Amino acid sequence: MTNELSQTGPDMPDAAGPMDALKRLLRMRETGLVLIILTLFIVMSFASPYFLTWENMRAMAMAFALEGIVVVGMTILLISGGIDLSVGSVTALAMVIAGLLFLNGVDPWTASLISIACCTAIGAVMGFFTTKVGLHHFIVSLAIMVIARGACLLGTGGRPLGLFTLPPEFKFIGQGSVGVIPVVIIVFVVVVVAFDFMLRRTTMFRKVFYTGSNEKAAAYSGIRTKKVIFLTTTLCSALCGVAGIIYMARFGSAQPTFGIGMELNVIAAAVIGGASLKADDFLGILAAYSAA
Amino acid sequence: MSSETILKISDLSKSFGPIKALRNVDFELRRGEIHAIAGENGAGKSTLMNVIDGILQPDSGEIVFDGKPVKIASPTEAQKLGIGFVHQEIALCPDVTVAENIFMATTNVSRSPLMNYSSLEKKAQDVLSKLANIDATALVRSLSISQQQLVEIAKALTLDCRILILDEPTAALTDKEAQILFEIMHKLAEQGISIIYISHRMAEIFENCDRVTVFRDGQYIVTHNVAETNPSEIVNAMVGRVIDNLYPDKQSADEKSDTAILQVENLTDNNRFFDVSFELKKGEILGIGGLIGAGRSEIVRGICGLEGDVSGTVSLNGEPLAIKHYQDSIAQGIVYLSEDRKGDGLFLEMPIAANVSALAVEQVASRSGLIDSRREGQQAETVGRRLNLKCGHIWQPVSALSGGNQQKVAIAKMLSVNPRVIFLDEPTRGVDVGAKAEIHRILRDLARNGVGIVVISSELPELIGVCDRVLVIREGRISGEVSGDDMTERKIMYLASVAA
Repeated sequence: MTNELSQTGPDMPDAAGPMDALKRLLRMRETGLVLIILTLFIVMSFASPYFLTWENMRAMAMAFALEGIVVVGMTILLISGGIDLSVGSVTALAMVIAGLLFLNGVDPWTASLISIACCTAIGAVMGFFTTKVGLHHFIVSLAIMVIARGACLLGTGGRPLGLFTLPPEFKFIGQGSVGVIPVVIIVFVVVVVAFDFMLRRTTMFRKVFYTGSNEKAAAYSGIRTKKVIFLTTTLCSALCGVAGIIYMARFGSAQPTFGIGMELNVIAAAVIGGASLKADDFLGILAAYSAA
Repeated sequence: MSSETILKISDLSKSFGPIKALRNVDFELRRGEIHAIAGENGAGKSTLMNVIDGILQPDSGEIVFDGKPVKIASPTEAQKLGIGFVHQEIALCPDVTVAENIFMATTNVSRSPLMNYSSLEKKAQDVLSKLANIDATALVRSLSISQQQLVEIAKALTLDCRILILDEPTAALTDKEAQILFEIMHKLAEQGISIIYISHRMAEIFENCDRVTVFRDGQYIVTHNVAETNPSEIVNAMVGRVIDNLYPDKQSADEKSDTAILQVENLTDNNRFFDVSFELKKGEILGIGGLIGAGRSEIVRGICGLEGDVSGTVSLNGEPLAIKHYQDSIAQGIVYLSEDRKGDGLFLEMPIAANVSALAVEQVASRSGLIDSRREGQQAETVGRRLNLKCGHIWQPVSALSGGNQQKVAIAKMLSVNPRVIFLDEPTRGVDVGAKAEIHRILRDLARNGVGIVVISSELPELIGVCDRVLVIREGRISGEVSGDDMTERKIMYLASVAA
């Protein structure tokens, strides 16, 4: 992953003529990825008549987009040197918490905010155990994965919560479209662009790269590396909360068993998509899915 | 010592793309001799060693081993011929035991599918006992760098070599450990094993080697019997020009000042160091000497807020400081250059510019926290030019640079915050003679410009050559101070090891 880190620096200033540009293009990891995806695309179009239809494309794009929000959080966490196995459970828990609050008469927007806050708190707990107690991310997030899933099942009795009475303006964030473009995809693009910009330009996220590149050297550069890791851990869970809420709006229900195995997709997408949050993240997810 | 030749290399060349790393090189190694190889970084020493060890294949030329022409296609073949190579970079598996590391090569070829740990550990302990007091069952991770280096050497010793290549084996060793290593080298040589010894330290070459061959810019320059030459002749052959003075001028009498930049009083962490008090005067370079493990680095890291629970007062220009975290220290202009530039000094995979700005990224960012890459680049270029940094461009990863230039990036990182006091821990470890002299000159220039310089070094000639005054640490306390004509290796060693 460290190889990719250098790519987030400003673009190399030295490319002269078109041949150089072409060489650089071929050297880029993204090019290989695009070729794989194109190949898959062509094969799939021949394999199934339903593959290359507008509906399928739209459904696939929406599915990528939602998980893509979690991938953004995971990517940042991976860059800082952590990992989170609990993303699937925490996303489901976000749905369940918001769903239960809504069924108990809380306004869905407030319920969503509380739910995202809960997820953020879960992230903070994981951050505490990894940075202050000194446990490994893998262990801590594995425990949270099981605990959060248990909480989901406990809260719902194992059955999905039907949320048919959600107001249409809430459902809009999951189901609506602006023109032909689903809101979900707009949200995803906004999240990716925003975090991409921040990762490349802000001092705050530069410290994430320093920490992930060499934690000790970062500490010897006066960076509070534990704080950085704490924050990236928390951010990842918070973004799971956001994704969970949008899922709820999309499905009109809260499913306690949602997102089992999601961590594999997300981590794979984050790794393939590269720990550099460029536009290829989206392609990375696409690749991971198409391959699945 | 017989004069029979075990290895003869003639007219050997090796290029990497357009770069000619070795040009028609000749080299001859006799049975049972200790043969030093000297040359600046990039002179072709490592390339030649890698060819001998089968890691690289030559483009042309001939290798004759024990009278027969050979092609060494891989390190495994080199091992079969009896060539052992102790690399400068430590290449051990940190999470398995010392014994397993030592026998990594042999477990690889053992017939039995099961490991026989007790015999493995016993054999490892036998080899180790010759070298140092290291527990064969300990995990490599738990050892210090110098102990790890000894494990590397033990590993090579178990291979039954006829030629042993040691690439800067003493860079991480204490003088005492180095002495033990030299004794072992002499014993091995008496048994007829030939040793190729690569080092930047002239004193070691002249005390322990039989012959010395100098390389420069990929070419063979000269081979001398050590008894018939002297260090300055070798250094001149290495750099191809006459270096009259390895060290810059010292502070002159009228540059001396009584103004203290930094005052440290009764600093203690009740664990590694106790009751440390000293003053750093304006314009001087203060040295800190002592054995490895005496607490030198710990004191300095304690002052900077990098580690330890430290009590005592630190004042900068007469004002007491409250440093809780290294960030506070950087904000006051007190910075620390770590002794292990690869381990904790640099972000090797990141661009040079991002390394230079790491101490205070805010400096190259707007007030809202957005990094301005143009300013970041300019900063790196300005500081880089000041240090005579040689690189393709400043967006190259640091890992692409030579050791000396990497060290300059590490120093550039310090200078980017316009520091008032710089602590440098082993500033020239693993750096070639040319870059070393340059770094020393830079330090003197900084001191002249009013920056407080403190140099920790295990190399006594460096301390004596560069510093105006040296504090000697023994077991966490200042055991003495030397300056002027008092600064001799004997005096410092005495204070470091025995003085009350």
